[in-house]
Amino acid sequence: MTQYAIRRLLLSIPVVFGILLITFVLARAIPGDPCKAMLGEKASAEVCERFTRDHGLDKPIPVQFMIYMKDIVRGDFGRSIRFSRPVTQILIERLPTTIELGAIALVLAALVGIPLGVISAVKRNSAVDVITMIGANTGVSMPVYWLGLMLAYAFALLLKDTPFWLPPSGRLSAGLAAVPFFEVFNWNLVPGTFIYQFMDFFSNMYIFNSLITADWVVLGDVIKHLILPSVALSTIPLSIIARMTRSSMLEVLRQDYIRTARAKGLFERFVILKHGFRNALLPIATIIGLQVGTLFAGAVLTESIFSFAGVGRMLFEAITARDFPIVQAFTVVISVGYVAVNLIVDLSYVFIDPRIKLD
Amino acid sequence: MAAITDTTNSEDKKDYRSNSLARLTLRRIIRQRSAVIGGTILGLLILVAIFAPVLAPYDPEEVLIGKEDIKKRSSPCIHLLGCPEDQPQHILGVDGNVRDVFSRVIFGTRVSLFIGFSTVGFAIVIGTFLGAVGGYAGGWLDNLIMRFMDVLLAFPSFLLAIAIVSVLGRGLQNALLAIGIVTIPVYARVVRASVLSVKEQEYVSASLALGGSHFHILFTRILPNAIPPLIVQGTLGIATAILDAAALSFLGLGAQPPTPEWGTMLGSERNQVFTAPHLVFFPGLAIMITVLSFNLLGDGLRDAIDPRLKQ
Repeated sequence: MTQYAIRRLLLSIPVVFGILLITFVLARAIPGDPCKAMLGEKASAEVCERFTRDHGLDKPIPVQFMIYMKDIVRGDFGRSIRFSRPVTQILIERLPTTIELGAIALVLAALVGIPLGVISAVKRNSAVDVITMIGANTGVSMPVYWLGLMLAYAFALLLKDTPFWLPPSGRLSAGLAAVPFFEVFNWNLVPGTFIYQFMDFFSNMYIFNSLITADWVVLGDVIKHLILPSVALSTIPLSIIARMTRSSMLEVLRQDYIRTARAKGLFERFVILKHGFRNALLPIATIIGLQVGTLFAGAVLTESIFSFAGVGRMLFEAITARDFPIVQAFTVVISVGYVAVNLIVDLSYVFIDPRIKLD
Repeated sequence: MAAITDTTNSEDKKDYRSNSLARLTLRRIIRQRSAVIGGTILGLLILVAIFAPVLAPYDPEEVLIGKEDIKKRSSPCIHLLGCPEDQPQHILGVDGNVRDVFSRVIFGTRVSLFIGFSTVGFAIVIGTFLGAVGGYAGGWLDNLIMRFMDVLLAFPSFLLAIAIVSVLGRGLQNALLAIGIVTIPVYARVVRASVLSVKEQEYVSASLALGGSHFHILFTRILPNAIPPLIVQGTLGIATAILDAAALSFLGLGAQPPTPEWGTMLGSERNQVFTAPHLVFFPGLAIMITVLSFNLLGDGLRDAIDPRLKQ
């Protein structure tokens, strides 16, 4: 297992290298002066000269690529044109929001999609199956942003003054604040230090922060704000997971060992869950891992609709403002994260199916 | 005697024709409910796209200020449903620039179908070439091509498309190019797998022994095997391409106003969702129906043509 993990990790290196190479090529492919593209049109000749020297833009392309790699390994993604702040800092502030939203959407998609897929497969061609599959086909065809806007319209406007009302934007209601747990616990952390940024990263996940500080009012409000965006974001993954679970279960339920299990007189529920679902889990885990990419892409659209201050919305604003350092950094971080998640899914196979030894 | 021989020949021919691969496949496709539903919706959409100028009551880019007594973002007005006769009829309302939404949605069908077919066509041509060359040649060339494809697949595709468009600059053409580029690996993989599965077959060796050139063998003996999975993948790919292109336009990176593109229409009126929801609802519904038709057709084709691809 360890050997496989190391080998798989080593195999990911060329992929990550490729991601860096493509983003580097994209950065160099921006028409016009690279300095103006990275620092904005207002950058003076002096500033541009320094930028050119610092980033080795006057050096051969392979040397430039090495400098770029070195910067990224050190976590230096340059400065945002719009905010005149290090991109890494913005990333640390924004990433927790997206991780929280994405994780909830993924959990929702799995918790609803898997049972629906199992029920559909077990009750094949029944009304439940037909309705689920119609729903899944429709869900996978729906533009996320359209669904988000329609949900906002329905729950924030049509259901106003009812208990079902939900906020259409933001992470917290006005007047509420999620006080970072390290401030609540009176940990004297110095702003700007690594440990401060590390703790700040986790405190920006409001559910986690309000849970450990036992701030139930904030927790309730955060969850209320998260419902619409996470439902919108989870629709496509949910539909894909339901479809995959159904077809994987149908494949397994056809096997001889299922017939044997039934012939032994085992309870049907036991046959389906223990003998069937357990063996159908591998492709489901793979597809769940692949949905992380869909979630990140969907976050760009969902966050911009629901005014969520995550990386997705930041990316959208950066595109509009032609803030290429942010676009570049976020593309690298999200893609590398996507590779990492799929690596973890690959490694999880050994736990899902003990027959796989991964040697 | 001659007449008897002729009859036998024609019966043979008839029998052969009725069991030809194409007919069998067509019969299997017709038996797939989702393929029939998807194909029917798509057929209707193609008709709408062809007859858009006849179906649309207005020019999709025509601003009606001064021509009609109507306010911007007016709600739908259908005379049959009780809208006063003295008001001009706009069955899906008018947008923020006082243009007829119904006409724009109708013409949007043309744009979306063009987006779907052109991006997937581009990706299939390039992907087929890369996959075929890689699979047939093998060795370092195959490795080089496929590793590059792996890297492209490592990016969430929509995100890479965003990065490409933000470099190339906004506009429909660049958005199409970006979506085409990010979908190439899927087709390259499909074709490569088909090539690998048949390149060692005896009929390929026989063609080679008969003096056939590599180019001839690749294109007439090997690649036809890749057509069924390509059709399935391409149909499903069109659905994704339309969704992604609409999303890029929604973000302001794809088609630019006043082009009647559904994503652009949604994006430019998104802030009016609480006051004029019809401006958001109908373009989104149009996207969903179109994407659904391709998804249903693709699923049905997959089950009919190549059930092994079913996931």
